Amino acid sequence: MKAFTYERARTPHEAVTALARTPGARIIAGGTNLLDLMKLQIETPDHLIDIGRIGLDTIDDTPDGGLRIGALVRNTDLAADMRVRRHYGVLSRALLAGASGQLRNKATTSGNLLQRTRCPYFYDPNQPCNKRQPGAGCAAIGGVSRQLGIIGTSEACIATHPSDMAVAMRLLDATVETINVRGQSRHISIADFHRLPGKTPHIETSLHSDELITSLTLPPPVGGHHFYRKVRDRASYAFALVSVAAILQKDGTGRVAVGGIAPKPWRIEAAESEMPKGSEAVAARLLADASPTPANAFKVPLVERTLAAVIQEAKAS
Amino acid sequence: MKFDRAAGQNPIDQLHVVGHPLDRIDGRFKTTGTAPYAYERHDVVPHQAYGYIIGSAVAKGRVTRMDVARAKAAPGVLAIVTTLDMPALKNGPRNTAKLFGGPEISHYHQATAIVVAETFEQARAAAVQIETDYGHDESQFDLKQAQHGARSVPAADGSRADRVGDFEKAFSASATRLDETYTTPDQTHAMMEPHATLAAWEGEKLTLWTSNQMIAWNRRDIATTLGLSEDNVRVDSPYIGGGFGGKLFLRSDAVLAALGAKAAGRPVKVALTRPFIMNNTTHRSATIQRIRIGTDRDGRIMAIAHESTSGNLPHGRPEAAIDQTKLLYAGPNRLTAMRLAVLDLPEGNAMRAPGEASGLMALEIAMDEMAERLRMDPVRFRILNDTQVDPEKPGRPFSQRHLVECLEHGAEKFGWSHRKARPASVREGEWLIGMGVAAGFRNNLLTKSAARVRLDSQGIVTVETDMTDIGTGTYTILAQTAAEMMGVSIDQVRVILGDSDFPVSAGSGGQWGANNSAAGVYAACVKLRESVAEKMGLPPAEAQFSGGNIHAGNSIFPLGQAAHEGELVAEDAIEYADVDKRYQQSTFASHFVEVGVNGFTGEVRIRRMLAVCSAGRILNPKTARNQVIGAMTMGAGAALMEELAVDTGRGFFVNHDLAGYEVPVHADIPHQEAIFLDEVDPLSSPMKAKGVGELGLCGVAAAIANAVYNATAVRIRDYPVTLDKHLAHLPRMS
Ligand SMILES: Cc1cc2nc3c(=O)[nH]c(=O)nc-3n(C[C@H](O)[C@H](O)[C@H](O)COP(=O)(O)OP(=O)(O)OC[C@H]3O[C@@H](n4cnc5c(N)ncnc54)[C@H](O)[C@@H]3O)c2cc1C
Ligand code: SF4
Repeated sequence: MKAFTYERARTPHEAVTALARTPGARIIAGGTNLLDLMKLQIETPDHLIDIGRIGLDTIDDTPDGGLRIGALVRNTDLAADMRVRRHYGVLSRALLAGASGQLRNKATTSGNLLQRTRCPYFYDPNQPCNKRQPGAGCAAIGGVSRQLGIIGTSEACIATHPSDMAVAMRLLDATVETINVRGQSRHISIADFHRLPGKTPHIETSLHSDELITSLTLPPPVGGHHFYRKVRDRASYAFALVSVAAILQKDGTGRVAVGGIAPKPWRIEAAESEMPKGSEAVAARLLADASPTPANAFKVPLVERTLAAVIQEAKAS
Repeated sequence: MKFDRAAGQNPIDQLHVVGHPLDRIDGRFKTTGTAPYAYERHDVVPHQAYGYIIGSAVAKGRVTRMDVARAKAAPGVLAIVTTLDMPALKNGPRNTAKLFGGPEISHYHQATAIVVAETFEQARAAAVQIETDYGHDESQFDLKQAQHGARSVPAADGSRADRVGDFEKAFSASATRLDETYTTPDQTHAMMEPHATLAAWEGEKLTLWTSNQMIAWNRRDIATTLGLSEDNVRVDSPYIGGGFGGKLFLRSDAVLAALGAKAAGRPVKVALTRPFIMNNTTHRSATIQRIRIGTDRDGRIMAIAHESTSGNLPHGRPEAAIDQTKLLYAGPNRLTAMRLAVLDLPEGNAMRAPGEASGLMALEIAMDEMAERLRMDPVRFRILNDTQVDPEKPGRPFSQRHLVECLEHGAEKFGWSHRKARPASVREGEWLIGMGVAAGFRNNLLTKSAARVRLDSQGIVTVETDMTDIGTGTYTILAQTAAEMMGVSIDQVRVILGDSDFPVSAGSGGQWGANNSAAGVYAACVKLRESVAEKMGLPPAEAQFSGGNIHAGNSIFPLGQAAHEGELVAEDAIEYADVDKRYQQSTFASHFVEVGVNGFTGEVRIRRMLAVCSAGRILNPKTARNQVIGAMTMGAGAALMEELAVDTGRGFFVNHDLAGYEVPVHADIPHQEAIFLDEVDPLSSPMKAKGVGELGLCGVAAAIANAVYNATAVRIRDYPVTLDKHLAHLPRMS
């Protein structure tokens, strides 16, 4: 870990001021991802701005019937919120499928959204990784890739975004709200928030370096039956091989987003029109451009089968 | 004390203390955080500094340059020792991979330097500022490719294979045959406590407060590696947060803590990081195993062959996956052979039940496949092929063998009769349900073990031995042994372990610890009883020890009275004659498992597990159960998830942390039951006990794999049994 200086911001404005003032500064929320990466010298901030006490830790109703979730609401609290459980069940389930109780107590909404990939080569500073060191090459391509991406990847990077929460947020059409030191605020659709790697896998989101996430806003509930099915080798405390978030309506329509397969939560709205035809039709559209490695080609049928399980469960209930 | 024939009646048979399910006497310290592990020995020596080790970024080649200038100038740095500062250090007999010194790199994360600083953070921050250049050498990391150039490991008589009868002829004449190949992956021990050592010098004398299973090996090997006399080395390891074989040997934490301490002129402590543990230390080697079985029409094995190939560094040992096949089932024509390929991966070496754990993963699937071909129940098939003698040397009986009882009792307890022989015929909603069985087998090893016992005037008995407790319950069973022998209650006994100043014990490994080390304490206590009797003027042969007293005829004295003029001390060792040559000593189990396989996703989830064990006298049912259910959990990991993923191009284990290398979590382990047959084995030692710590692992993974097959009708022969391997062949659910 590289030595760094530290300050604790008291307000969102103080945080963005410090961010603008200090080059090489990083925000620390729960720290459950950032600190691990700092210990391995993968993240090397010169300065940390602790936003743990700036507020932004409430969940509020919006005038149009949605919810505004403060950036610092803990994963545990978000999953347990009565409104979330009642109207956005997929979000609650996705959160509870992630990490462990201890980690969720610490992890925040914004930190979860911004957590970095779990590509094993990214975690080993001896190995070439374009995400860690642009232009260095990608050790995962041609290496061990069972966990890695099958779609939306590039010749520079085949890593996935590992968040469960983000998949549900994508399904729910959340909006990310940010501020900067000049008092400007942006509303970024979750669909546009995470970027595909292309030639620049180190640029992961559309967040600007001087911006602070203040909240995620959910539109009014869409009803339906909510599912989050996470498929993994062990029963708990493991990242997804594949996860399927879905909201299915009684009339057979619905929406679906997939985790564990791409550099961002994978959703193609056009594929959802195939929902009445069943899982195979939807999966075929969702994964039409898939280019898996031999080691992770199983994820293609696994997405379809997991979606089939969800549809079957919806029918049965 | 020489043990050369079956034990007769002795004080242990009273079972006043031995055989009772007592709590672990170290349990309170561990659960309250007051048992100091190696990295927490804050009070043993002042001015401790922190070491941080870095390792090679290449798997095979040479270090051509190391620049430590920036690191040396970093805040808090006291000393840096690099591999270029000295020639390659000499390995002790137990080490294969080079631990330190010289430019040659023979595996990834071979230690290249230690940075010593005032704080851990300073040492770590400085360590990454060392610049290292490498030259690359040609290399081989892929067992599948390397197997073709593998050399034969000579059998006992020097030939390429151990043979009985004419395997080839009998196999081709067999009515029913199986010829299949199975693979097991590399595995890491994944014990909780990392390798850690605090080293301090006093002149030429070196003390290591460390975490090690085998104190005497460690002491000798560090002396060899550092060129010291053994008398100048003390090793102390009273608490060990798990080892599973990963801490049998001297490792870089101890060597570099010692070198760092010398360079810094301060005591230095070092803990290995998890990635470093996985690539710097040892692991269980992957295997490719071919098994051939031929039976007659009735299902009697006529021919059995087991050949296993594994890889290791030059001069490394093979994974002895064929061992159990020599002894587990009858059959007149037999062949076992091993091949060893050279791989430039980290060192392969012992992990819990080395040999048998991997071997049974293959053999016990083969037995399941064979039973199916014979349309015979797999429990019955195993019973039919039981043997009461060493099949390679029929004049040599087993000291005890109750495998049939384990299978029969387990089948009844588990409700085996409800299993459907036709696979994929039970469904509950999305879940395909299956049951599997496997036999468990692990040898019982007899090795010399010494102990010292002291009696003070308060009647307190103190046991001293270099034996270790790696979380297994050794403290408790040794206290039980001494209490039984001296006729005192367990709280009158103190046990001090893990110090090389004490008599040399069997150590912890190979499930030999409990029986041998308790027998060593027994031997010392026999001597102590004699000196107590002598002191009190009682005839030793008639003296009884109970209730804290010694009595004979009408005389009775409190035990402590014998020590009024000074402590009584007795020391002895158990030493074995040829009982294990005349009798094959082994432990047996049956494992029964029920699994559910999700018909949509292929995920495997265990529903129930049962083990029935036959392992001689159970010294403490609670600690024994703890060992067995822990081992069953490890077997679940081996079956379903554990695999060190090899990057065959770059030559290292890629998933080198506990997020990437998955071991079972609570949610993976449902109901577990462990049953011990009520038995004693008088040929094992005066304790009449055998090992259980590894037995519990042996066979578990195959029972799970067989249950998965019974659920899905898809046979997976490559561990771990993960969903990608059967997904495409599962039935459509909707
Ligand atoms: C062992 C383990 C297992 C895990 N398993 C799972 C799993 O199964 N599923 C899953 O989804 N996740 C899993 N996680 C990841 C976990 O969800 C994340 O670590 C956590 O959500 C990160 O939140 P945090 O608040 O601690 O983020 P931090 O570590 O504090 O921050 C993460 C990043 O976000 C930035 N950041 C944080 N807040 C803001 C803000 N308001 N504005 C701008 N930038 C900000 C930080 O600068 C940093 O770069 C696991 C983590 C661990 C350690
Ligand atoms: S896949 Fe991406 S994160 Fe992984 S090594 Fe390649 S560039 Fe780095």
